[in-house]
Amino acid sequence: MNFLYELKEGLWISWDAIRANKLRSALTTLGIIIGVVTVTLMGTAIDGLNQSFLKSISFLGADTLYVTRTGWFHDSHESWMRANRRRQITLTQVREVQRQMTLARAISPFIATGRPVKYKNRTSGSVTVIGSTDQMQFTDGMTVGQGRFMSAEEANGGRPVCMIGYQVATNLFPNEPALGAKIRVGGAAFEVIGILEKQGSVFGESLDNQVVVPVRQFVTEFWHDPDYEIHVKVVDMAHLEDAKEELRGILRRVRHIPPGAEDDFGIEQQESILRTFNRVAGTIAAIGLFITGLSLFVGGIGIMNIMFVSVAERTKEIGIRKAIGAKRRAILLQFLTEAASICLLGGLIALSIAWPLTLVIGRFMPARMSLPIVGIALAVSILTGALSGFFPAWRAARMNPVDALRNE
Amino acid sequence: MSLIRLENISRRYQMGTETIHALRDVSLTIDRGEYVAIMGPSGSGKSTLMNLLGCLDTATAGKYELNGTNVSDLDDNQLAEIRNREIGFVFQTFNLLPRANALRNVELPLIYAGVDNDERKRLAHEALAQVGLADRVHHKPNEMSGGQRQRVAVARALVTSPSIILADEPTGNLDSKTGDEIMTLFETLSQKGNTIIVVTHEEIVARHARRIIRIFDGGIAGDDRVQPHERSVVAS
Repeated sequence: MNFLYELKEGLWISWDAIRANKLRSALTTLGIIIGVVTVTLMGTAIDGLNQSFLKSISFLGADTLYVTRTGWFHDSHESWMRANRRRQITLTQVREVQRQMTLARAISPFIATGRPVKYKNRTSGSVTVIGSTDQMQFTDGMTVGQGRFMSAEEANGGRPVCMIGYQVATNLFPNEPALGAKIRVGGAAFEVIGILEKQGSVFGESLDNQVVVPVRQFVTEFWHDPDYEIHVKVVDMAHLEDAKEELRGILRRVRHIPPGAEDDFGIEQQESILRTFNRVAGTIAAIGLFITGLSLFVGGIGIMNIMFVSVAERTKEIGIRKAIGAKRRAILLQFLTEAASICLLGGLIALSIAWPLTLVIGRFMPARMSLPIVGIALAVSILTGALSGFFPAWRAARMNPVDALRNE
Repeated sequence: MSLIRLENISRRYQMGTETIHALRDVSLTIDRGEYVAIMGPSGSGKSTLMNLLGCLDTATAGKYELNGTNVSDLDDNQLAEIRNREIGFVFQTFNLLPRANALRNVELPLIYAGVDNDERKRLAHEALAQVGLADRVHHKPNEMSGGQRQRVAVARALVTSPSIILADEPTGNLDSKTGDEIMTLFETLSQKGNTIIVVTHEEIVARHARRIIRIFDGGIAGDDRVQPHERSVVAS
């Protein structure tokens, strides 16, 4: 109970002191405002970066394994050069994987190249042309908006059919129905049998600017001896690691790798990209928050300074309060409350400044001021106040009442 | 049992290499309900004695028993609690909080005592009424005269119903007429049974009390009952 009364008294005194020294309080608060604004904006930006990245890589299924010849990550130029000298992955090897693997729900080959796509007099400059099979709709989680995905017969028979991305559809067929139309991809003609649903973009590259054709057609028309990727959707998340091991074993067998030699292929998954990103993003966040934290630190020093002044000015008052029965705790609390109040005020002002700025940032990345960030910002301001107010408050609390009373 | 008992109290200060003996071997008892004046010239040690009696300071040697509690070896916080409960201070310079109104000033000791809001307001109003300031509760110190301020201070001292009211030169900053008013107030409080200790260097102020303890050179130089015919008579 005592504590609550003392806290209430502390709040009353703080408010009174802030009102009594308006200019001084405003100047002191400025440091905190700048500190909290920068920290809040940095937090928001980092949060936005993370979110935009997560959104970007969501096209990679969490339960899908990606086999490539080179692998995705290399920590040195040498390892990259070595990976580049590896043998290609052939369609025969993909077929072997399809035949042998038990822990997979779907397996598809994947090859891509860029070609112009034409319909009548309309042209789409550089469209990503993908060669795959009917299984791609499962491995890559593709959904068809209109029409249908290619069938197994079409894929294996190498029929000249294609599924076009959302952007290709809107570019080539602004006024007429696309389904059933014959478009020219590179030099070959393909019948449009499906329009894929809108997917958005990854790292600035649109996923909707693509055309999917049967892999046999791809080989005949565009690239005779391509380097395949294999996309493997596993039976369930729980068996991801088992599936990865099985896949590795099969690939080593079909690529005739002697025991003890290292893999000449890479099996990647969404998680490996996430891990790499998190490492980089973590470093950026740490450095960014450290630098912005410095301004908050400087603001905190300002508070400490002004609290020392405040304590010195009110030595007599401290003496009076102690004489009539204020314990150390009450005095400590009084000045801590004052410092924290100034900082909380600064924090609130800072948030009202950061809010519109966040909206501006929000135009470039999916940033918004989330409730946790608001909470953290306020907590950080109060903490800054309490920490920087502690030393002056402690000095006040320890004052000898006789000496304090003698002070004029 | 006496309210205050000092046994061989000494207080030394270290000033650089020099040791100052502000009080030497002072023994003293004061009973409940007494009205005592402590007199002495400046530098005699009377302020030191007042600080010790008021539990603002602790003795270097000796034993101080206040209302049955040995306060000689209490720590800071325990002393604060004793001050809050047992002692009401009235200072020469009033020592009110300038930005708080009379009511808040009087409430302050009750806040530290942990008294709830309603009770606090009731007691503070009561104390202010007792010193004749019922109509000034919302005035700030700078809106009041010196005498009124000192009466607010007396109300603040009274509000916790302490064992002792300890007044340090209570009329020192007042003209003689207002000084008399304050002394009349003490007289009334004394008649109601309050224990009052007034520290002063003015004979005429001291003569309001019923007992005068004279301090000189850190020791007690005299301890006399004031005969009724010697007492200062307050024109009322």
